[in-house]
Amino acid sequence: MSQQYGSSFEREDDSANGPDADPTPAPTGAAGQTSTADLDSLLDEIDSVLETNAEEFVKGFVQKGGQ
Amino acid sequence: MTHVPPSPDRAAGAGPVVADRHGLVPSEAVLPAGRDTAGWGVHRVMGLETEYGVHAPANPGAGHSVLSVEVVNAYADLVTSRGGTVAGTEWDYGEESPLVDARGWQLPRSAAHPTQLTDQPLMGEDGSPVHLLTNLVLPNGARLYVDHAHPEYSSPETTNPLDAMVWDQAGDLVALTASERIAAAPGEPQVLLYKNNTDNKSVSYGAHENYLVARGLDFEELARHLVPFFTVRQVICGAGRVGLGVTGSGPGFQISQRADFFEEQVGLETTVRRPIVNTRDEPHADADRYRRLHVIIGDANLSQYATWLRCGMTALVLSMIELGTAPEVELMDPVAALQRISHDPTLRATVPLVRPLEGPGPGGSREATGLEILRVYLEAAERHVHHFGMGDKATLDVLNAWRESVETLGTEPAAMADRLDWVAKYQLLSGYRQRHGLDWDHPRLGMMDLQYADLRPDKGLYQAMLRRGSLRRLVPDEKIRDAVGSPPRDTRAWARGRTVDVYGRHVVGASWDTLLVREDGEGPLYRFHQREPLAGSAEQLPGVFDEPAAEGSYGRLLEALARVQAGPHRHHGHP
Repeated sequence: MSQQYGSSFEREDDSANGPDADPTPAPTGAAGQTSTADLDSLLDEIDSVLETNAEEFVKGFVQKGGQ
Repeated sequence: MTHVPPSPDRAAGAGPVVADRHGLVPSEAVLPAGRDTAGWGVHRVMGLETEYGVHAPANPGAGHSVLSVEVVNAYADLVTSRGGTVAGTEWDYGEESPLVDARGWQLPRSAAHPTQLTDQPLMGEDGSPVHLLTNLVLPNGARLYVDHAHPEYSSPETTNPLDAMVWDQAGDLVALTASERIAAAPGEPQVLLYKNNTDNKSVSYGAHENYLVARGLDFEELARHLVPFFTVRQVICGAGRVGLGVTGSGPGFQISQRADFFEEQVGLETTVRRPIVNTRDEPHADADRYRRLHVIIGDANLSQYATWLRCGMTALVLSMIELGTAPEVELMDPVAALQRISHDPTLRATVPLVRPLEGPGPGGSREATGLEILRVYLEAAERHVHHFGMGDKATLDVLNAWRESVETLGTEPAAMADRLDWVAKYQLLSGYRQRHGLDWDHPRLGMMDLQYADLRPDKGLYQAMLRRGSLRRLVPDEKIRDAVGSPPRDTRAWARGRTVDVYGRHVVGASWDTLLVREDGEGPLYRFHQREPLAGSAEQLPGVFDEPAAEGSYGRLLEALARVQAGPHRHHGHP
C-alpha cells in the first residue's frame, strides 16, 4: 500500500526539468507503514463522514468576496 | 545540521548600540550601524487573522453578512450566558457606542429575518429591539467581528510563533463554539464555518499575518526580499487545494489555497488585484517606532506545525531584512512563479531567476525549485542566528524544524503528512482517489477538500486526523482551550483582555490601541492609549486583574491603565 501513496508524489508534470529530476525512491520504514495503515483506516470510514450529495454541497458552497 | 550554537562573539562586525531599542531586543545586543530591529530571533510582536468561510445549507436565502452577524452574536450570547463579558460594538452605531453588559442579548433569527440588517431595527418577540453586535473584543484580547461577508477572528498580539499559533487555534475554537451555539438554538438553521480560503467559484478570503517591524526599515528593501520568500514559503505552509485556477475548474491538486488569486508583486489592495506584498500601513501602535507588516498571501493553516513554522520562518526573514543579512534572490516573474510552484505538488517545477542562487547547490543555474529557494533563506537564517547570538530555544526550534522540513520535502515529501496541511490533504485525497478510481474533478474530492477545513469535530477531516494522531500537536489541547479565555501575558493584549473580562461593566470601548472606560453611566469617560504593544503585560500590572472587581478596584484599574501610557486624556461628558 505504501507504494500506492508514495506514487502520489511522483512526477505528474513531465515538463518539469529541475536539477533533481530523478525521483528518489521513498524509504518505507516502520513509521511509513504505520502512517499508511492509519491512512487506510481513515479512508475506510471517510464515506460516513463526507456530506451526502457531495456534488450539490460543493456547488452550494458559495462565498462573497473577502480580503 | 540540526543545531545552531549561540555565537560566542556576537559583537563581530557590529556597529553602535541603538539607545532606544525595541523591547524584545536584548539590551546587550549589538546592531549593525544604521540598522534597527523590532524583533530578535523569532521573537517579534505578531498576530494572525482568519476570515472563515460561512455556509448555511439549510438556509440558502440568508446573506453572508447576516450569517456572520449571527456567528458574532452567538459568541457574545454564549460568553455572557456564562456570566462572562465581551466588549462589543452594535450594528450601524459609531465606534464608541455603549455596550458591555451583554446580558439579555438575543440570538438574531436570521432565518426569519434574512434582510433585516439594513436600517430597520430587528425586534424581539417581546417587541423590544434586538441588539446586534458586529464587533467584539474578547476576554483573550482578540477581536471577533463581521468583515463584510465573513466572520473574522483576529488574534491578540503575541511575541513568538508558538503563541501566535496557540491564539490562532483558540480562534478556531471560538468560531466553532459560536457555530455550536447557533446549532443548539431551537429552530435555528446550522451555520457551518470553514478555515479555508476559497469557494472554488472565483472568490477568495484571507488568512492574514501581522508582524511589527522597525519603522526605520526601508519599505522597498523589505518588499524586495519578501516577494521571493512569500512566493516559495508555500511549500511548507500551503494548505492544499483541489482544482486549478480561480474557479478551480482545472483538474488537479495544488499546494496553495491562495496562489491563483494573486496578480501583483506589491500593492495596497487586499480584495482585487491582490499583491504578494501588501503595503497597508496602519500600525495600531506608535507609528514613529513601528510599521505593521500586513501579510495577505498566506493560506489558512489548520496544522499547528505549519502555522507555527509559517510565523517562525517569516519572523526570521524579517530579522534578516532588518539587520541586512537577507539573501539576494530575485525571481523573473514572481506571480507566475507563485502559481507554477503551487501547481506542482511533486515540488520539481523550477522557476526562472534573475541571477543564480547564492551559496552551494545548483551553482550557475538560473532556474530553481521553490524548495531550493527556500533552502537559501533557511541557510541564511542559520548564519544570521549564529552571527547575532540569537540561539534561544524558541528560535532554534524553528530553525531545526525549518531544516527538517526542507530536507524531508526534498527526499520523501509524504513523510511530512503528519505536519504540513497540503501534504496531509494530498496524501488523504490521493489515497481516496486511487481507491475509488476518481479523477481530480470528482465532487467527492472537492468535498474532502472543503471538509478538511470544516471546524466541526465530527465532520472536519483535519479534526479527524488530529484526533487519530495522524497530524501532530505541538501543545496540549488544554493550552488552546485556556487561550480562548485568557490573553497572552506578555503584550498589551493582557491589559485589554483582562480589562474586558474583570472590569467589563466599566468598558465603553476597546480597540487594538485604545481602551475607553467609565465608572458608571454618568461618570467621566477616560481614554487610555496603548501605543506600545509590549506595555500592559501581566508582569507590568501585578495584582490588577487578580480577582473579580471589588470595591474601590475601579480606581486601581484607572491607575494601572494610566501607567501603561503617558497619561489618560480625560473626556468630559459623552464622547
